[in-house]
Parts: sequence; C-alpha cells; structure tokens
Amino acid sequence: MKNKTRLNGNTILLLITIVLFIVLYAGGCIAYGSKGFTHTQTFLNILITNAGLICVTCGLTVVMLTAGIDISVGALIAMDCMILAVGMRSGLNAIVMVLIVLVIGVAFGLFQGFLVGYLEIQPFIVTMAGMFFCRGMTAVICTEQVSITEQTSALFYKWANTKITLPFGGYLNNKGKYLAPYVRPGVIVALLLLIVTFIMLRHTKLGRSFYAIGGNAASAAMMGLNVKKVKLCAYMLSSIFCSIGAICYCLNTMAGSVSQALGLEMDAISSSVIGGTLLTGGVGNVIGSFFGVLINGTISSIVKTNGKLASSWPNILTAALLFLFIVIQSVFAMMRNRKK
Amino acid sequence: MNKQSTWQKIKGWSLFLPVMSLLLVMAVNIIHDIYIGANPLSFFMITLRQTTGNGTILYGRIIDILNRGSEVAILSIGMTLVVSSSAGTDISVGSVMSLCASFCCMLLAGYGVSSTTTLARPLLVGILGGIAIGVLCGMFNGTLVAYFGIQPMVATLILYSAARAIGLLLCNDLIVYIRNDSFGFFGGFLGLIPTPVVIAAICILVVALLLKKTALGMYIQSVGINAKASRIAGLNSKRIIFLTYMLCGLFAGIAGIVASSRITSADSNNIGLYFEMDAILAVALGGNSLGGGKFNLAGSIIGAYTIQAITTTLYALGVSSTQAPVFKAIIVILIVAIQAPPLKAYFKKRSAAKQVKGAAS
Repeated sequence: MKNKTRLNGNTILLLITIVLFIVLYAGGCIAYGSKGFTHTQTFLNILITNAGLICVTCGLTVVMLTAGIDISVGALIAMDCMILAVGMRSGLNAIVMVLIVLVIGVAFGLFQGFLVGYLEIQPFIVTMAGMFFCRGMTAVICTEQVSITEQTSALFYKWANTKITLPFGGYLNNKGKYLAPYVRPGVIVALLLLIVTFIMLRHTKLGRSFYAIGGNAASAAMMGLNVKKVKLCAYMLSSIFCSIGAICYCLNTMAGSVSQALGLEMDAISSSVIGGTLLTGGVGNVIGSFFGVLINGTISSIVKTNGKLASSWPNILTAALLFLFIVIQSVFAMMRNRKK
Repeated sequence: MNKQSTWQKIKGWSLFLPVMSLLLVMAVNIIHDIYIGANPLSFFMITLRQTTGNGTILYGRIIDILNRGSEVAILSIGMTLVVSSSAGTDISVGSVMSLCASFCCMLLAGYGVSSTTTLARPLLVGILGGIAIGVLCGMFNGTLVAYFGIQPMVATLILYSAARAIGLLLCNDLIVYIRNDSFGFFGGFLGLIPTPVVIAAICILVVALLLKKTALGMYIQSVGINAKASRIAGLNSKRIIFLTYMLCGLFAGIAGIVASSRITSADSNNIGLYFEMDAILAVALGGNSLGGGKFNLAGSIIGAYTIQAITTTLYALGVSSTQAPVFKAIIVILIVAIQAPPLKAYFKKRSAAKQVKGAAS
C-alpha cells in the first residue's frame, strides 16, 4: 500500500513536468506564432542545441539516483572539446580523437568513482576537485580559443554539417520553397543514449542496483549488492555519457575554449530535479530528465524569440521553476510522512 | 617511546592539518626564493611603502595574502556554521556576493547609470542595503533547508543560478562603476593596514565572541550531530539551522561589499566567481568534517588564508590564473584522501599489526 502511494506521487511529478512543458510550448506558440515558433524546426532546434545537455543529464540522473552528485561535467565537456579541437588541429583523425575522448571519459570516471565508492569521500568534494582539475587542464592544454574548420578536419566538419531531414512537418517559406525539417547527428546520438539509459535503468541488474543503493545503501549492502562497485559504475557512466555529450556539444560549437560549458552542470542538475529526480536518491527516471532539458530549452528559446528580454531571464526563470518543483516535491514528501 | 607520543599528540591536535598545509606553502615559497637567488625570507618581509593614492601603507607578500584572502575568510565563517548545523554546503554564496554588490552599486549610482562620481544616496544606505539583501538571501535558503527539509545543495542551487542573474538585471546588464573615494575605502586602506583585513578581523572576533560567550556554538554542533536528539532535548533545531543560513547570507553580503569596493564597481559576472568553492575548500582544509557536527572556526580561517597563500604562491611561480585550478584540485584530493575513513582504518590496521609483531618478537 505504502509503495503504491509513493509510486503515484512520483508519477504525478512526472505528469506535472510533461504538462508544464506542453503549456510552456503552447504559450510560446500562441505568443510568438508569427515569429515562426509554431514550425517543427523550432522544436528540433531545441533538441539540436541541447543534444550535449541531454547526454550529460542522462549520466547525471544515474549518479543522482545513487544519492550522489557530479558537478565536474561542465568542466569535463570544456576539456574534451579542447582536446578534440587541439588534436584535430595537429592533424589527427576525427575518429581517433573521438576514441581518445571516450577513453579519457572512462579513466576520469574510474578515478572519481574510486574516490567516491572505495575511499568514501563526499561526492560533492570529489567532483568539485574534478571540476577544478578539468577547467585548469583545459587552460594548460591551450589558453586561447581553438576552432575546428574544414581544413583541420574534413570528417568532423562533415559530421557537424550533416542534415538528417525528416519526411514530415515541412513548410513553405515566403518565396514558396519547401523547407524540410532536419536534425543533426548529435540529436540522434543523444536520443539513442536516452533510450539505452532508460532500458538500462528499468530492465538490467545494474540499473536496479542504482535505485536500490540510492533508496537505502545499508539495506542494499545487506541484500548482497556490492555498493562500492555500483557507485564506481555510476560515476564512470556519468563521465562516459558526459564525454559522448562533449562530442555532441563540440559538433555544435566547433571550437574548444576555456570558458566553454560554464555552469552546464547546474543546468543538468536543475533539469534532473525538474524532471522529478530526488537528490536524496532512489527516485527518478531519465524520461523526466529529458523533459526537464526540454523545459530549459523552451524557456531560453522563448526569451531568444522575444529578443527584447535581458539575457539573464532564462537563468531566473529556470531557478523559479526549480524552486516550484522543489517545494512541490517537499510537500509530497511531507504528505507521505503524515500518512505513515 | 616518549618522542612518538609527542608526535602523536601534535598529530591529534585539531589544527594539525590546516597549520601543516600553511607551513608547507611557506616552505615552498622559501625554497623558490632560494632557487631564484632572492632573499630566502622575502616571503615574510613587510616594508613600508609610499603610494600616490593611499599614503604610506604596509607592503609585503603576507600583507597581500591577508588582504586578498579576506573575502574567503569572511565567507568561510558562515560556511563553517552552515556545514556544522546542516551537514550540507551553501553553494550560493558566490552568486549572493555578486547580487549584494550589484544591489549596493545600483543604490549608490541609481538604476541604469553605468558610471558615476557622485553618490545618488548616502553611502550607508547602499552598504546596508547590500548587506540586507545578503541576509534576505540567507533567510530564503534557511527557510528551504530548515522548514521545508530540502537538501542544502539543492535549496541553494536556486540562488546559485538566480542571484547572479538578478544582479545583472538590477545593473541593467552593465558594469556599474562608482568612482568615489568614500566607496573605495572598504577595499582600500585604513591607515597602514588594508581595510578588508580589518573587516575580516572584526567579523571573526564578533563571531568568536558570540560562540564563546553564548551557548550558540554548542547548540549548532549538537543540531549537526543529531537534529532529532537535539529537538527532543529541547532545542529548536529548525530555528538554529535557519539562523546559520541567515548568518551565512550576512557574511556573503559583507564579502560582496568588500569585493565590490576593491574594484570600485559591480561586475556581476565576475564578482564572487568560484568563491563558494574556495569557502567550502577552506572549511574542508580547516579539518572540519563536511558531514556536519563538530567544527573548528580557527581551522576554517587558517584554511581560507592557506588557499590564498597557495594561489599567491602559484602566481609567484608563474602559473597563470586559469591554470591554477589544476593544482588546487590535486591539493583538495590529497587532503580529503588522507582524511578518508577507509584509508585511516587501513593505516590503523597496519600499525596495529606492526605493534603485534613487535610484541611477539
């Protein structure tokens, strides 16, 4: 009985998130329909710009399910992008560079996971150090902005400029030319990752272990789970997903610079929280996080389409939403406790 | 045998870690000075220097560290209390600093003015306004953490992302310059000594007295160790947690004013950037557990100045400001890894095994 009410509370949270997204988007369509907000492409653009963020949020959701946190993701993206850019400038093949970045993600995640899982250091401190390290390393590699052009890597340039057109939802522009909606390869990667994470969390032993540890680490250990190993896996997955996200991110920006992806970790955390993931662990799923990212994207898209609002509004609105969701979550938790 | 026990006594001292790290930083400085052929003690030299703007002032690397480290030292007071009472960190302090600075400068210059030489309002109104905003932010965080039972990191995440943005909004997306000597005083010099040092010293003294003369310090620790037990024992746990967040906001406000006065402007994007990390680091470096409970204010403050000493040393060694975080990260990991319980248990086991072996032979 208790389990059922709990499940209902979480489903309601997910529903609220989805409804909020639809309301926001519909509001944008009504207010800025004349500026092209109703086109399919506007929605796809949100996906394109946030492809990296979706990957990162998937990884972060996994970590947050184990009651941990990973604030190194933004800096890791900056470092990965810089490595991609500098590597390609020195003439290395794009595929080799992508593999190198993935290996770095695995190694970095292993190290952080070891410190959190086996040495039992607070995740916040470990990943804060990770953030400092990556941000500093980015500057050690190169202090100026390095851009990726067709000359430095034709293959990477080709990936970035590939348009995957969709067979529906096109429209005729002013001159009567048919414009088909399209997505970039990054979006496909991000969506695939989302589906993989969803299936993993729902149907694999490892996925269920994340929930078990976040719910109650002590009882999970008594059940025979290797808590240390599962925690290590969570941080490793987060860093790998973040590295995949970095490649998607780099396909958008086509550059490496020290100040790239500044504060992205907080976007990812707020997306997860808005999507119904609890920082206390054990509750949440990636579909909610995905809608969290979409809500963030819609807000900045609306502010951009308006064109007159100050650039700081997306931050304030996201924070206000975060506030709203945190209070709703805490009210649900209080109600649950009272029922007990 | 006797010698070892003295060593163990030193090792067991609560300030062992922060003082050791500070001494280590000094040693690095001395070695570097010998290496480049300068006076080995130039790190400790304090001289009088004539300046055009401020008259005669004290000059030296230690003075510089004390001066530049003031903001982090002020922040670390509040952070220590927050960590102790709620076993969580307030990650919004850097953003709140920026908001306080922006609000203060907006009050002093008037909305939408980007540069002014005359103050639109009395100086005191601006300063108190800025600090009041800090207290308000602290109360907001405190309400969420204490009364809504939200995890401190998530609760403060709201202001972390919003405060800086609101500050930008208040300043109309501009950098507000206040070219008035009276405003620059708080980041300038009071006679021979830099004013930030004096402000930090006053803050530390007031809080130290408050903790010593009242039972507040004990209450905070008891709430941090076990909030439920403290409540049953008759303490209002929630109000105490709320109070620590309010104090943290107050100190963030003061630090914001100092930082803003130092550059006589409100640069919303850069004031207080990463200061929350430095403040948390100072608390950890001071030998305080981030899991709450017992705290040591002196340790945090030594920790804060140690961080500044590290930064200054790195700059002296020719490391650029963007690359310095790499070293900071390595230092953090080393410090927390030494303190990690599994590693401590491992060493204890080993030394115990050694003793057993010694006794057997």
